[in-house]
Amino acid sequence: MFNKIKAFWRGVRHLSGDDAYERYLQHHAEHHQDRTPLSKQAFFKQWQDEKWNGIKRCC
Amino acid sequence: MNKLLKNVTWILIAALGAVAVGGIALNRGESINALWFVTAAMCVYAIAYRFYAAWIAATVLAVDETRATPAERLDNGRDFLPTNKWIVFGHHFAAIAGPGPLVGPTLAAQFGYLPGTLWILFGAVLGGCVQDMVTLFLSTRRNAKSLGQMARDELGALGGTAALIGTFAIMIILIAVLGLVVVNAMKHSPWATATVTATIPIAMIVGLYMRSFRPGQVLEASALGVILLLLSVAGGGLIDHNETLRVWFDHDGLTLAWWVMAYGFAAAIMPVWLLLAPRDYLSTYIKLGTITLLAVAIIMLQPEVKMPALTQFIDGTGPIFGGKLFPFMFITIACGAISGFHALIASGTTPKLLSNERDIRMIGYGSMMLESFVAMMAMIAATVLDPGVFFAINSPAGVVGKEAIEAVAAISSWGFPVTVDQMQLLANQMGEATLFARTGGAPSLAVGMASIFGSAFGESMLALWYHFAIMFEAIFILTTLDAGTRVGRFMLQDMLGNIWPKMGETSWAPSVVVTSALVVSGWGYFLYIGVIDPNGGVNILWPLFGIANQMLAAIALSVATGILVKSGKLKYAWVTGLPLTWLVIITSTASWEKITSDNTRIGFFSAANDLADKLAAGVLPPEKAAIAPHLIFNLHLDGWLTLFFVALLWLIVADMLRVCSRYLTGKPVLPLAEAPHSPSRLVEDWVRD
Repeated sequence: MFNKIKAFWRGVRHLSGDDAYERYLQHHAEHHQDRTPLSKQAFFKQWQDEKWNGIKRCC
Repeated sequence: MNKLLKNVTWILIAALGAVAVGGIALNRGESINALWFVTAAMCVYAIAYRFYAAWIAATVLAVDETRATPAERLDNGRDFLPTNKWIVFGHHFAAIAGPGPLVGPTLAAQFGYLPGTLWILFGAVLGGCVQDMVTLFLSTRRNAKSLGQMARDELGALGGTAALIGTFAIMIILIAVLGLVVVNAMKHSPWATATVTATIPIAMIVGLYMRSFRPGQVLEASALGVILLLLSVAGGGLIDHNETLRVWFDHDGLTLAWWVMAYGFAAAIMPVWLLLAPRDYLSTYIKLGTITLLAVAIIMLQPEVKMPALTQFIDGTGPIFGGKLFPFMFITIACGAISGFHALIASGTTPKLLSNERDIRMIGYGSMMLESFVAMMAMIAATVLDPGVFFAINSPAGVVGKEAIEAVAAISSWGFPVTVDQMQLLANQMGEATLFARTGGAPSLAVGMASIFGSAFGESMLALWYHFAIMFEAIFILTTLDAGTRVGRFMLQDMLGNIWPKMGETSWAPSVVVTSALVVSGWGYFLYIGVIDPNGGVNILWPLFGIANQMLAAIALSVATGILVKSGKLKYAWVTGLPLTWLVIITSTASWEKITSDNTRIGFFSAANDLADKLAAGVLPPEKAAIAPHLIFNLHLDGWLTLFFVALLWLIVADMLRVCSRYLTGKPVLPLAEAPHSPSRLVEDWVRD
């Protein structure tokens, strides 16, 4: 039961983008160890601007 | 044994579905419980998903779960990112489900509950879901290319250009009609206006919180926003009861229309993080929450549907919009049955997140089923109202008369009894001055939702529920309006960039201001005419939107059919070919009637001529004579626009048929643009979150 709640909460965080920075750090650690990752604020700026580039909402 | 049990279960589901659909279809004269609608929907969806969608995925598309998706191959940690299928489902559904499926069914309820219900169910499982799933598949196989790019690569330059023009046109009409829905919901309603206005600073607070105060803390900020929004619903009530404050928010339609335009312009040039992104978070949560609540309330309460199965208005004399059941019902309910706009989300955006092709069925087909279910709930909310009340709210003053006495007399004479007292009592309960002629679908949906919520969760708060429902609709209508204006701006900048490269720079301030102003004046014009039109405007704009949206769906299905034929799957081409044929039939018939009909309530040109004759003869009352030249010009414009849409549609279909016939006769065609196969490295039980 507790595990299910935890999984649900992880899903909510994932869906809303709440954990986007953590995932970015993980991706960064796996693929681009040579460079320093962006700060949370800088990452979030970039993430948000990119997210709204194009058709994202419909009727 | 296990297999037998499974088969028996599916046979039982099929039987239950048949009983429910049959019960809905054959019921006459007495009211029918809304639970039958939910049952019918669930069974139809279950059967379609289990058998039809599975067959399409396995046999027609041949999805390959060992094949790496663009998200895996092009993974960059940001937009291309293999993502858990439930998360992708959530993103995809939040993106496709806008206000469309709430408005269309409400308007189409004038024909009775039956036609709309059947079209929502079968249009979705045979048309809309198929379109979304196939487009998602094709884009996934093509490095997440957009519909326009796929049309250009597979059919030729014509298809690509048509998709671009179609998208732009539909955006303009869609924003205008949604703006009109919001304006009609706020007209002379200080409570609704105050609450909707409050959503703007609330979104900005949330935006600042996420950007500067606690960067990236999306959930915290959203929770704060949702609380503030709920408070704003109650706060609107306080303002409404305050004699000095309420006049600030008590405006007529035209003033509100100017404000909506000013807002749209400001939102398009403001940075996304300040308004658009936070507003989108809030509208997504409110949307998901409210839809869930509505489903729970309908199941708990099991309201009776009071609208008859069919009304006399199937003959084309309906007060909400003119035109016969065929083809206009199919045009009116686009979102919820089949919506071309979804093809834009299913191509380009969603494939970048898809981690495995086998999830295409669930995400493409499943999301659209859920959207169809939302449309179903809107249909229930509209039809649980007394038909007399439903028509009193939704009939424009130009049809039933300006005075309450005239309106109730006209509506009662159709066989839907309603009284002035009844309407006044309802308006008082909802905290509104009047509910007569509140066209656009939002107020009647809000009354329907408020009565369902009120009965399920407490009668005493009807006015709060009503304004909550209005806020719920307004917040994501305004999100669509912001996002649409912005997309329109990008498209325009892109087009103008071909002529003058400087204009194509999306961050060059003069270009931003000029293109935003152009897009806003485009939809602002239609919104303005819609507001000054005494017949309500919705009855002109909504069919136009439906035709444009179905045209976009026809483009998507043409691309899909062309690709199926080019892939040597001619024998399966009917899967997309049949919905395409149906769309071509309904769009062409509707356009034909809109252009040539002598009936002034249907034909654009005949209405223009009629108005011109009356103006020349001097029989119009002075206030109508003053606006008549605008209305005449607009009717001509709408007529030409319809002609343009249908011509574009036929061009694309002809182009697709040309490509198919060239392929089938062995002549050279553009090659399939599918990305080469590369095996997926993501193992079966890869931790997908």
